[in-house]
Formats: sequence, C-alpha cells, structure tokens
Amino acid sequence: MTQRAPFLFLIGLLIAAGIGTATFRHQEFRIPLLPGERQSVWEIEARIRYDAPNGPSQVFLTLPPDQAGLRRVSETGASSGFGFELEDLPAQRRAHWTKRDASGEQTLFYKLRFVQDPDYTADQLPPGRISQPAWDEPYKTAAAQILDSAMPISADERTLAQQLINNMNLVPAGQNVSLLRERYSHPRLLELLLLTAQVPARTVDVLELEDGRRRQSLRTFVQVWDTDRWYLFNPNAGPVADNDNLLLWNTDTPAVLEVVGGSNSRVSFSMISQSRSMLALVDTGSSFSLDNLPIAEQGMFKLIMLLPVGALVVVFMRLIVGVRTAGTFMPVLIAMALLQTQLVPGVVSFVLVVALGLMMRSYLSALNLLLVARIAVLVILVIGIISVISIVSYRLGLISGLTIMFFPMIILAWTIERMSIIWEEEGPKEVLIQGGGSLLVAILAFLLMDLDIVSHLAFNFPELHLCVLALVLLLGRYTGYRVLELKRFSSFTEQ
Amino acid sequence: MSAWIPPLQLARRGVLGMNRRNLSYIGRYNNRSQYPLVDNKLKTKLVAAEAGLHVPELLHVVNTQHEIELIESELTSLPSFVIKPAQGSGGKGIVVIESQTAEGFVKSSGDVLSLNDIKRHLTNIISGLHSLGGRMDVAIIESLVKVNPLFRNVSYEGVPDIRLIVFRGYPVMGMLRLATKSSDGKANLHQGAIGVGLDIGNGRSISAVQHEKIITRHPDTGADLTKLAVPNWQDLLTLASRCYEVTQLGYLGCDIVLDEHHGPLVLELNARPGLSIQIANNEGLVPRLRQIEGLKTPSADAEERVSYAMKEFSRLEGITQADLWNEPQESDSAPTAPLTGHTKN
Repeated sequence: MTQRAPFLFLIGLLIAAGIGTATFRHQEFRIPLLPGERQSVWEIEARIRYDAPNGPSQVFLTLPPDQAGLRRVSETGASSGFGFELEDLPAQRRAHWTKRDASGEQTLFYKLRFVQDPDYTADQLPPGRISQPAWDEPYKTAAAQILDSAMPISADERTLAQQLINNMNLVPAGQNVSLLRERYSHPRLLELLLLTAQVPARTVDVLELEDGRRRQSLRTFVQVWDTDRWYLFNPNAGPVADNDNLLLWNTDTPAVLEVVGGSNSRVSFSMISQSRSMLALVDTGSSFSLDNLPIAEQGMFKLIMLLPVGALVVVFMRLIVGVRTAGTFMPVLIAMALLQTQLVPGVVSFVLVVALGLMMRSYLSALNLLLVARIAVLVILVIGIISVISIVSYRLGLISGLTIMFFPMIILAWTIERMSIIWEEEGPKEVLIQGGGSLLVAILAFLLMDLDIVSHLAFNFPELHLCVLALVLLLGRYTGYRVLELKRFSSFTEQ
Repeated sequence: MSAWIPPLQLARRGVLGMNRRNLSYIGRYNNRSQYPLVDNKLKTKLVAAEAGLHVPELLHVVNTQHEIELIESELTSLPSFVIKPAQGSGGKGIVVIESQTAEGFVKSSGDVLSLNDIKRHLTNIISGLHSLGGRMDVAIIESLVKVNPLFRNVSYEGVPDIRLIVFRGYPVMGMLRLATKSSDGKANLHQGAIGVGLDIGNGRSISAVQHEKIITRHPDTGADLTKLAVPNWQDLLTLASRCYEVTQLGYLGCDIVLDEHHGPLVLELNARPGLSIQIANNEGLVPRLRQIEGLKTPSADAEERVSYAMKEFSRLEGITQADLWNEPQESDSAPTAPLTGHTKN
C-alpha cells in the first residue's frame, strides 16, 4: 500500500486543480456557476444614412470604448454591398465601411450587444499634456472672471468643475456666461474653462440607455481627470454617477460620424433591453470548452459528462452504505436511461420488462443454451417485449409507455440474464435484494444527475470531474464499516 | 439486542468489515497472480496433493464433450462420487452421488438421477454454466468423503466442513459449517447453513448461528450444537496452516472436511473468505490479525504456527478483547491454557 502523505497530496492536488480551473474559467470567461443566471442585455443599433454621389465612399463610425460596468458581448456592422472592418486603435475604436461605387441614399447599421456588469472594469487612458486654449478678447476676460470667482470656492479638479457648472447654469445667466455662450456651446465652454485652469478635461458623447427608445442622438458631456480616472459631468446638472444608464460612445475624436465621399450624413440610435441566460452570452470562441463542439456531439457529451457523477453515487452506495447491486455499474446505465424516460414511467417500464424477461428466461434455462446464445435470445425477446409494451400503451393512450425505447436493449438483456442467474443460484430473495439495490442506486444517481445544477456544472466545468475523481479515490481507501454492516454484526452489541 | 450497533462499539469488539478486509488484508497479503490457483479447484487439488497435503481422491477430470462418453462405463462402476465444476463458486454445480441402485444414481437428498442426467450435468459444467462469467470449464469427479461418525447425526445432508481463516500461515479463527434443510444441503452461511464457532485452542464449539442469529440446536436434526468438539483438531490446523506455503496467500480461507478413514482433507481454498465467521465465534478478527501482523518473524514451520495459534487464540478466562486490541504483543506472555488439553486424536 502506498504511503498516506503522497496519496493525500494527490487528492489535494486534484481538488485544487479542479476548483482552481473552474474558478478561473468562471472569472475569465464569465461562465456562470448556476444554470439559470440571467442578465439583461442591451442591444443598440446605430443607423447611419447619407447621400452618396456616384463614386467611392468611406464611412467611419466611432465606437464606444471599453468602459467599466458595461461588458461588450458582440458587435456586428456588416451592410450589404459594403466592405466592413473594425479598427481597434488604442485610443478609439471605430467601424470602417467602404464602397467603390455608391449612389443614392445609403443606410448602414452597426449593432452592439452588451450587458451591465458591475464587476467589469476597464483601463482608462490618462490625458495627454494640456494645451492652453487660445482665447480672443473679450472672451478671454470673461473666462478669466468666471474662473476667478469659481476658483476660491473650490478645492480640487472635481469641485472646480461643479462650481463652474453651477455658475454657468445660473438663472438668469451672468453677463460673462451669456457672452461666452454666444460663441461656445455649453459643454465646449466648460471644457475650455477647465483646460484654462490646468484641469485635464474633455468633451465626450454619451448615449442615454432607455429601453425601447428609437432615433436617439448622442448628448455631449464633459469628463474631468482626477488623480487616476475620468469623472463624468453633465454640463447642465453636475457630476454623473457611473453606470447611470449612460453609454460612453465617443471620447477622443472630434466627430462620431465621418463620411468621405457623401453628404447629408446622420446617425441615430435605437436600443432595446432583453433578459438572456448568461450562458448564451459566453464568448465561446475564446474559451476552451465543450460547447465548441457541434451541437449533436454536445448533446452526447451532456450525457457522458454525467457518468462520473453516477459512478460516484455507485461507489458511495456500495462502499459506505453497503448496498448490493447486480453488476458494478449497471445502476449508472439504468440511471442514464432514466434521464431520457423520466423517473416514474422509466422505472415502471424497466421493472415490467425485466419481470417479463425473467419469466421467459426461466423457460430458456430449461432449453440448456450456451451463454452467448442465451443472451442473444434474450436481446431478441426484449425487443419483442418492448414492441408489445409500446403498442399496447399507445393503444391505451399512455404515451409514457413509449419511453421504454430509450433503455438500451443490451443493458436490459444483461440485467435479465444476471438476475436470472442470481435467481437460480441464490434464490428469489437475493434477486429482490440485488435488483432492488440496483434500482435504488440507479434512482439516487438519476435524482442527482437530473439536477439542473449538476448537469450544468458537469458540462460547463468538466474540470470539476477532477474533484469527483479525488472523491472516488478517497472512497477507495475507506476501511471503516459499511452502514449495513452495523446491522449485520448487530449480534456483537455489548450487554 | 438492538437492530443496529454503533460503529465505535463494533470497532471495540474488533470486528473486521468488508472494506477493511479487502483493503488491509486481501489487498495487502494476497497476490492476485495466485488467485487462479484457488479459484480453480482442479489446480488447488493438484498443487496441494503435490505438496503432500491430503485431499479427496481425484477420480476423473472431464475436459471435453468427447471424454464424457469415454468415462460413462467407469462412472457406473463407482459406488459413490462427487461431481464439481473446477471454477464454480459457492457450491454451484456440485452433485453428490451417495449410491447406485437399479433406477440410477442416488443423490444425498434421495433424488435419483439417470445416466443421461449425469451426462447432461457434465455438459453444462464444461460449457461454463456454473463458472464465473460463463467461461469454459472442466468437471472434476472425486471420491465422496465419508462423514466422520461424530458428525453423522449433527448435519442435515451433506458433509460438514470446517472453515479456517489462515493468516500468514497462522490459523486465526475457525468455524464448523453445517448444512440445513433451508440451505438446501449447502454449507454457505448466507444460504441458511449453520455456522458453529470453534475454539482455536481445542476445536470445541463456542456458539452457533443461523441467519446471523444465535441458536443452540440444529433446526433439522435437533443435535446439541454447544457441546461439539472437532476431533483431530491439531492435525486439521496443521493441514490448514500448510496451505499457506502452497498458495502463498496471506489471507486465506481453508475448507477442510474430516473423512472417516483419511482424517482431515483439504476440500477448497478461498482467497476472499467471508466475514460471517466472526458472528459464529462472537468475536472480531481484527485483534488476532493484528497480533499476527505484530510478529517480527512469522514462523516458517506449520506446526510451530499451529501451536502458537492454539496457545494464543484459545478462549481463556482473563484475557479480554481490549487487551488484545490495544497491545498485540502483550499476549505473548499471557498465561497458557489451563482449561483443557487437546481433544484426543
């Protein structure tokens, strides 16, 4: 027998590897731990229209940057007749449509799907060197006066921005503000004032998220950099808390839409929010998982991946409880069949077929056949029994009787063969004990394998089977009493 | 007696459980490559006979269908014999013919078989009807053991046999197995045979169980089971002990019968002996196994081992289970048997 320490080390290693990989994949690939986890998905559509003269045209659409709290799931931009490319520039992502020969009104679509995810973080690029805005008189004086009044009553970058916003939104507006507003838009004015005060600031375009809105346009807000990140300000109101149903669309380019070789271009946005299972959102292309397989094979693996769970149940019931079963892993196979038939119809038809088969088998044993021939005969008889049961139950309107077809013939035949051997050698009582034991273990295995959470974990986190393996190994070294031995040896009770 | 026993209490009584038997004893002391030797009765018989151990006399071996026809005439000339599948287990396929009359072969139960019945039975054995997994098998025909007269009135049908657990060559526990009506003449405890625990020190009965319940009388023959004493006890233990050298199986079950003329004969060996023997003895195996495991140099001499076992495992007043359990070595210096000498040979 091998040493205890390396064995326990191996167990620990397997469990750690299983749970570790599962945790990693959960966090990295966002594979949900629970089967039914749902999340609301935003689907945003940007519709671009422009009039093209005859000739080549190019369209650039600035795309939303990575931002905290919003995780992009997918994006598409293909439009018929156009070449399409996503340009992933470090400062700003953008979509690029191209067409050699466009004429008349053109319509392009860009679709973006993302989920709101508070755990999602994104790196923010710090601002570059601030270039002092060049003011013309009399605006220069007006700007200086506004700053002079706001500066003393602020403490840092963000409070300065807040004071400036307050100042700009006074009703009635102050003389300086009114003067400046003749020339500058509200957000642009705020940005310039902040830059003049050496505060890193920029105007950004944001999209307000509201379910079911159509033909929305972007609004311009101002961002202020403070120590380590950008803070968003609504120039008409004040600071905006993050994730406040705002999607940052454009941060660094002067315009969202740029059309070369076209006129009268405009972009509008529609959006819709849907509730989706998180699993449907997993980006499978990048993760090593079973759902990269074709759908048909996936269905098969969903069953195969449940086998270890059933095996664990068998090991537990035999080694710890001490239930006797006919055939070591026969119960697992029965449980697999039950998964397809559902519990009650499956068990009823299974017992029915085995009982009928046993009756026929008792006649076969009188025929004195060799083993292989005997089993072959049983397979044929089982098919006969199944056909009869199916037809009769269909006639009686019991559709569930048809589920018997899901039981593998060979397994049924083998079960009957084994049971009849046990019957002959050890009597009908033993058949009930072992048959009942097999069925009990099969039902327990079925109940476990039928749990959504179990099948979900087994399929989506196959590495958890390392933990199952470790448990089986551990059970394989169990030298204590079996539960049923406590009854068997009850005559040892001390007086 | 309660229906369930707390595991700690069971452990205190030193009862060996199935998992522990498989892992700590069979797994550790029995080399798998030796299994065919004990799983095949013909091999066991030949090897044992070669080593000079007494076995029931082998009359014929039937390997093929063709040979069945050949031995036909010889069978009819035999007054009594036993047919066994070489690879059968649990008494499957064993037919005992006690005598021949004009109607045919008389079984121990009184049923009469024709020559054709016998031939069909041999065919079944060869085709693997009684072997594990339906493998092809051979049939053994051996001489019928003459039941020792002491047991003649005790057992219901069949020959009572003595099951001994031999651990590293030391006989550690024994029981006498008696067939009953409900066991259908078979000596397997779980089929309803009676197990009578035997004192290793002197071969006297300790207690008897049927269906895991304590009884004092044979339900069919009415024989008193509390006063049984197995004759030739020391020879019998020595014979069992020597099976260790033959098989090299550290944890071995030896089934031995007492023949009226030939004394103890090895009937069958078992690499996975059952645990019911503990119930029949009302004692757990673990302390005794521990004691043997604690020996620094197990003796290579069967007689030495037997006298050690008879001294150590005798039921004595004064040695409690707890003593054996905690300190396997302590009993080395325990007082020797004052109770009784060996049963006369």
